[in-house]
Amino acid sequence: MRISALRVAGAGLIVDGVDLEVSPGETVGLVGESGSGKSLTARAAAGLLPKGLRAEGSVAFDGREFLGARERRWRSVRGTRVSLLMQDPFAMLNPLRTAGAHIAESLRGRESRAEVARRLAEVGIDDPRVAGRHPFQLSGGMRQRVALAAALAGDPELLIADEPTTALDATTQHDILMLIKSVQAARGMGVLLITHDLRVAFELCDRVAVMYAGRVVEQGPAAELAKSPAHPYTAGLLAAVPAADRRLARLSGIRGSVPTAAQVAATCAFAARCDQATHACEEERPPLRELGPGRRTACLHEVRPRPHVEEATPPERPAAGAEVLRVTDLRKRYGGHVALGGVSLHVGRGETVGVVGGSGSGKTTLARCVLGLVAPDSGTVALADAVRPRHRLVQCVFQDPSTSLNPAMTVGAALAEAAAQGPEEGRLGVRELLELVGLPASYAGRRPAGLSGGERQRVAIARALSVRPELLICDEPVASLDVSVQAHVLELLREVGGSMLFITHDLAVVRQLADRLVVLSRGEVVESGGTAEVLDSPAHDYTRRLLASVPAIP
Amino acid sequence: MAVVKRLCSAILLLGVLSVLTYGLLAAAPGGPEHVLLGGRPSTPETRAAIREQYHLDDPFPVRYARWLGDAVRGDFGTSIYSREPVTAVLAERLPVTAALAGYALTLTVVVGVPAGLAAAMRRGGALDQGITLTSLVALSVPPFALSILLLYGFAVTLGWFPVFGAGDTPLERLTHLTLPAIALATAQAAIVVRQMRAAALDLAAQDFLTFARARGLPRRRVWISYALRNAALPVLTVGGLLLAANLTGSVFVEQAFGLHGLGALLIGAVGQKDIPVVQALVLLGGAIVIAVNLLIDLAYVAVDPRVRRRA
Repeated sequence: MRISALRVAGAGLIVDGVDLEVSPGETVGLVGESGSGKSLTARAAAGLLPKGLRAEGSVAFDGREFLGARERRWRSVRGTRVSLLMQDPFAMLNPLRTAGAHIAESLRGRESRAEVARRLAEVGIDDPRVAGRHPFQLSGGMRQRVALAAALAGDPELLIADEPTTALDATTQHDILMLIKSVQAARGMGVLLITHDLRVAFELCDRVAVMYAGRVVEQGPAAELAKSPAHPYTAGLLAAVPAADRRLARLSGIRGSVPTAAQVAATCAFAARCDQATHACEEERPPLRELGPGRRTACLHEVRPRPHVEEATPPERPAAGAEVLRVTDLRKRYGGHVALGGVSLHVGRGETVGVVGGSGSGKTTLARCVLGLVAPDSGTVALADAVRPRHRLVQCVFQDPSTSLNPAMTVGAALAEAAAQGPEEGRLGVRELLELVGLPASYAGRRPAGLSGGERQRVAIARALSVRPELLICDEPVASLDVSVQAHVLELLREVGGSMLFITHDLAVVRQLADRLVVLSRGEVVESGGTAEVLDSPAHDYTRRLLASVPAIP
Repeated sequence: MAVVKRLCSAILLLGVLSVLTYGLLAAAPGGPEHVLLGGRPSTPETRAAIREQYHLDDPFPVRYARWLGDAVRGDFGTSIYSREPVTAVLAERLPVTAALAGYALTLTVVVGVPAGLAAAMRRGGALDQGITLTSLVALSVPPFALSILLLYGFAVTLGWFPVFGAGDTPLERLTHLTLPAIALATAQAAIVVRQMRAAALDLAAQDFLTFARARGLPRRRVWISYALRNAALPVLTVGGLLLAANLTGSVFVEQAFGLHGLGALLIGAVGQKDIPVVQALVLLGGAIVIAVNLLIDLAYVAVDPRVRRRA
């Protein structure tokens, strides 16, 4: 497949001149943060743009042009030539049809029970009974496998995988990536992998193209790109990726936020956020210049090597004794499902304790029990102070700031309302709260819709801190953020300090923040100890599996 | 299992309804014997005879049990007004209303579902705006006003349809019921249009529809087993409730077109304080609503595997 000079526009320009080529047997990664236009590029390549968007340029398979073709002509290549695997395994399958039916209907005339079973086996499902199950009876990983089998049923030459693992657990994510890799190798097909995660792209792809504000800013072989990025944006992204094997002294994000493609149509897209920008960057759009074989960059300058990030000495452990939280033998069942099977842990004053586990490990139920939103079946939750109401002792920052903030309320009103729930003396004003999380005071008049994802999460943190709680619970606070923003928010959480229960599935993130770790699996604590000790020499098999699934940067 | 549970709750609900219905008679002003006499002048002897005949001196639970026993066997007593068995009165009226309700529901679905789908497919276009606006107008015209308009336009001025009555042969019945069915179905079709449009729009944004297209499935398959089947769930609920509303609430339309259906019977019975008939009608109405809801639940179980396994 060859994409050239692709432009996608709706109300405004979204994708601006993308060139991309995928050869048979090759895996190409298209990396970018949210809003970079990578998913729409993928959709345009399959002729599946949402209503209201138009594409110009060229999308060709074997030299035959398809962009602008009628639906009937597209249908003749979809499934057999090109197939699209999407992000959310919970939304991708028809809830009313069985797994087997999804695969069978894509087989077109060759459907038989044996063939469906063979296709399921190809994606690692050996149990033929799965064919008779409905999507809601399968786990996320299983659904993604079924979807992959359905996408591959027409034996396509090219598979476009749009964030195929983002909605999954760390360990499942790893399994699915490896599955795509092995299927790709076995079939010799081309794969276009769309992802926001550089580590995933490096792990899987032969070549990687980095997209920013609707255009490709750099492309080249994965290993070279990882070793010596030739565009400041790529360098910035790489610097923002946290590592599971060391704690960094400073997490550096990229300042500012992503512009729209239309705003930067005539300049270097990254100039406004770039430390190396000169006058020339603003004058015209830098062409994608050739650096070496297959290596291109849209930067006029030689990229300065990244300053060596030194490893931070682990912060001093606070004196034990003053506890703000002690959870003892907490149990909770939902029907036959055990969410918590006797969990005990404690958080000392000024200490950050990380709770790590996959989905279904009980980490969110634990947070809800501590917050008092869920009544445990047995066990106790003791907070710093038995007298003060719970909401003044413990507050929570939730995963998705776009749903945890009331869209009808201005930022100022939300913060003032939250602060009013706290004690009267020493109450922080809206201005002070915004300052605390590094936002200008003028943001008080804005509504959540007028903020970026990272800014919203800052507001959510300010809201949680407004009652000056003894303990802050963070439930996956950076899971829905882009890496460059994630670094900022993590740095902020480090600065505000205090006692924290930090819940995450991401070992690299928790390494940067937590003093101690508690590893949860199926509602039980399987390992706990100092962050460095646990991650450097894991004792439990589950911790080792989690660690192995973190993709490394070459 | 789910089916059994729903059946049990339906029976329980009917039981509660029957107690309330029977309570109507006991709570009537002037005492039950007065009601049963239909307001005719009476002597103490006749009243005593009535009390004897209807076992009115027994305690309430015993009387209720006896009445319920009769009701279950299809005996609701005799109408005070016509002196005919209530069951016979109902049996005479039910076919007209049932035919009207079925006709109207058919019109509602046949017009509402495609129109809603078409509006969703051409979202924001002229067709969508036209359909949405028409449905708004249809919703805001009350059925009795529409009845009069239809009567004047198509029956009186143009003379295409009869003005009065329900007709005798099946074909006659069809022509006689056309205008009333349209009057009844118009507002309901508008509700279905909106429901269908919302459901289809919701669906169009779903990943599984895009994924189906991405695999190159034929258009017919995408539309029928992906779009229609999923959109059917919310529409099914509305359709069922409309059917129940048609069977029990077509009063205005029956009145306007001079149809002798259940609605007209109810109005007459209430006016004449014909309590046995009212009781039977209330119980019948309740039973219809409960039965239709049960049918909707069963339809959900048939269509949606998630409901099937959850219970």
